[in-house]
Amino acid sequence: MTTEPALRANGIGVAFAGVWVLSDVSVDIFPGEIHGLIGENGAGKSTLGKVFGGYYASSAGTLDVFGERASTWNPLTALSKGVAIMHQELQLVPALTVAENVFLGLEDQRWGVLRRTEAGRLSELMEASGFQLDPNAIVSRLPIADQQKIEILRALAREARIIVMDEPTSSLSRDEVSQLHLAMRKLRDEGRSIIYVSHFIHDILEVSDRITVLRDGKHVKTAPAADETRSSLVAAMLGGGKSETPFPPRVRPATPEPVLEVEDLRSEQGANGASLSVGRGEIVGLTGLVGSGRSEIARAIVGADPATGGEVRLRGEVYRKRSIRRSAALGMVMSPEDRRKQGLVLTMRVSPNMTLPHLGRFAHLGVMRRRTERTRALSLIEHFRVRPADPNGNVATFSGGNQQKVLIGKWLMENPDIVILDEPSRGVDVGARERIHFAIAELAAGGTGVLLISSEIEEVLGLAHRAYLADGGRIVEEVIPEESSEADLLELLFRHQSQRRGAA
Amino acid sequence: MIIRGFHIGRFLQTYAVLIMIVFLVIALSMMSENFLTPRNLLNILNQNAPLAIMASAMTLVIIAGGFDLSVAAIFSMGSVMSAWIAIHVDPYLGLFLAPFIGLILGTMNGVVINALRVHSFLATIATSLIFKGVAIVISDGRLISVRLDTFTWLGRDKAGGVFIAVWIMAVFAMILTFMLTRTAFGRRVFAVGGNEEAAVLSGIRTDRVKTATFAIAGFAAGLASIIATSRVALGQAAAGQGMELQAIAAVILGGTSIYGGAGAVWRSLGGVFLLALISNGFNILNADPFYRDLTTGLVILAAIGISAGGNRR
Repeated sequence: MTTEPALRANGIGVAFAGVWVLSDVSVDIFPGEIHGLIGENGAGKSTLGKVFGGYYASSAGTLDVFGERASTWNPLTALSKGVAIMHQELQLVPALTVAENVFLGLEDQRWGVLRRTEAGRLSELMEASGFQLDPNAIVSRLPIADQQKIEILRALAREARIIVMDEPTSSLSRDEVSQLHLAMRKLRDEGRSIIYVSHFIHDILEVSDRITVLRDGKHVKTAPAADETRSSLVAAMLGGGKSETPFPPRVRPATPEPVLEVEDLRSEQGANGASLSVGRGEIVGLTGLVGSGRSEIARAIVGADPATGGEVRLRGEVYRKRSIRRSAALGMVMSPEDRRKQGLVLTMRVSPNMTLPHLGRFAHLGVMRRRTERTRALSLIEHFRVRPADPNGNVATFSGGNQQKVLIGKWLMENPDIVILDEPSRGVDVGARERIHFAIAELAAGGTGVLLISSEIEEVLGLAHRAYLADGGRIVEEVIPEESSEADLLELLFRHQSQRRGAA
Repeated sequence: MIIRGFHIGRFLQTYAVLIMIVFLVIALSMMSENFLTPRNLLNILNQNAPLAIMASAMTLVIIAGGFDLSVAAIFSMGSVMSAWIAIHVDPYLGLFLAPFIGLILGTMNGVVINALRVHSFLATIATSLIFKGVAIVISDGRLISVRLDTFTWLGRDKAGGVFIAVWIMAVFAMILTFMLTRTAFGRRVFAVGGNEEAAVLSGIRTDRVKTATFAIAGFAAGLASIIATSRVALGQAAAGQGMELQAIAAVILGGTSIYGGAGAVWRSLGGVFLLALISNGFNILNADPFYRDLTTGLVILAAIGISAGGNRR
């Protein structure tokens, strides 16, 4: 590869609101190569892909495309220079046909009137790429794998020479993945460059020519795929010891009498035979890769999604006909993962947000007792150190960390027996994270059973007394955090994932 | 723009409707001596009491994230039913029952919306045709004349120097304000409109909350209809035409968010009286009524412009 790089990133950095999510990444992408981009959740791989595609502006560094400095770089200029991006969430118009989608924005027209040449142009493209699709099929009726082919055809129709694929395989079956890989090789052999962003080590290893590993927004290494193995990549993704905030000391309950037992729980949304238990005063971790069904299991437990099978027992008693309302009355609450979409009502103030699930307790004959409400909210604000410490504050303008504290406070207001926390520290600052971790430890020390769901393995290992690994909507392993490392858990998760997909 | 911690944009947004009212009152007082008289002002309130009642209840529907296009049809049902019962059974019973017929029809709206999982906009277009159709069938397409003092007192008489209709409007608006700002139900209404998914995950039965807002809107339409019907001593299926859009316009003119989650009843009253003042101005100034719609449209645009100006950023 002595040729000039198709794309040269030089010291690329990206900062969101002053936080660097990517810093000083330099990498060359050559024509005719499939370049794997791999890293943990939040390592910055998708961010880098989006910088290439012009969706994020880099805060530092330079980008050269085919030897030309990309000074103004946005999705439109990127496309005109031959860089196309295939998003994780496909960007197709579901009600239009394959042909209409492929040529969206490139319609052959005269004075605004379409000349209906799409079918012909599409068949040329399909012949060249080897994809076969019905040009007149409606996109929403096609499987995801076919929709991805449309995205690729779309890139080809725009004569893209560099194609960024952001997690293209996350919803594909094994067969479909092989098909996609075949297509990628074909594109490469035509001299195009493919940047393959994925957290599936196996997929990356199978098809890439070279692999770049990112960790915590930094470039770890770029190496020929032939020199790498799964374990060498896992090691590079994790790196050495992490310097993070210390976790609160673990106080293991003597004999954790089970407060929550779940057996063979199933739901249409994604729980697929999950069994687990949480003891009084115990912090139980639940982790898994993206799409492992962690949150769906929790939703089925509390009754946010209707279960199609299985059993939930609270303090030994079978709990049927579950609903959020009844769960809260029985002392089981869930703080959902997306605080802005699912957790808080951003048009309401702090204290009404906190009391929302407990309105009955703060009302007398339906009339709110506002002084009691305010006092209770204030004590939680103090406890969690919410800043600004104002029950009347406007949560919409709070920082992520303070919003999260309000959300968790909301669910702890009535001293529940079982608390399910879904991603309690995602996207919050270090101070809030520490405060939240401390509160979780305190909660357990007071006898509450905590089910801690987190995609951050490190968080689970640092806080939990026991941890479950989820894959495909069920629990596949149980581990003791003190005896396990992050690498062990990742290794286990990847193994289960590839086994499942091998079987599919 | 911020001057010493004072947000001009936000102030304008919050009080746009009041500012416009003050402006119009000053302008009209200067242009005509007949405007700022107790008699004229009381007349404006009295004439617009039915619309104000409907707009107050519509506020709850819109805060909860819905729209009710059927209130005019419920109004027409109320008109026909109250007159029919007054003639055939008893005038007092006719007046008493109509709001509860409205309550039942509003509840049906809620049930249909939840059962079909469609947007309330669509569902209430359909139910409004049904309600209106039933009203036509009951009245046989004719006017039902009720020339009885035992029926017309509600819309025509005064108590303590003020029309009974104005008392009803004031009490009803106060009750709704209390429900919205001081009760657990009001909290749920704001939560459902502000973030339905978060409300569901907080254990709120959002279907019931939404149904309740439509039931209240139906009750209000029935209440408004008896005031109007007793005033003209005439029940008819054509009554109330266009009032659903006037009510919605008043709510939005007042500054209640069409996206739900924010708003207040007093704002909608402000919206109603802003529209009323424009009409009244044309009357007392003897201006050419051909320009009334044009002027009303411009005032609505101005008010929306002011509140949007504060909303930007």
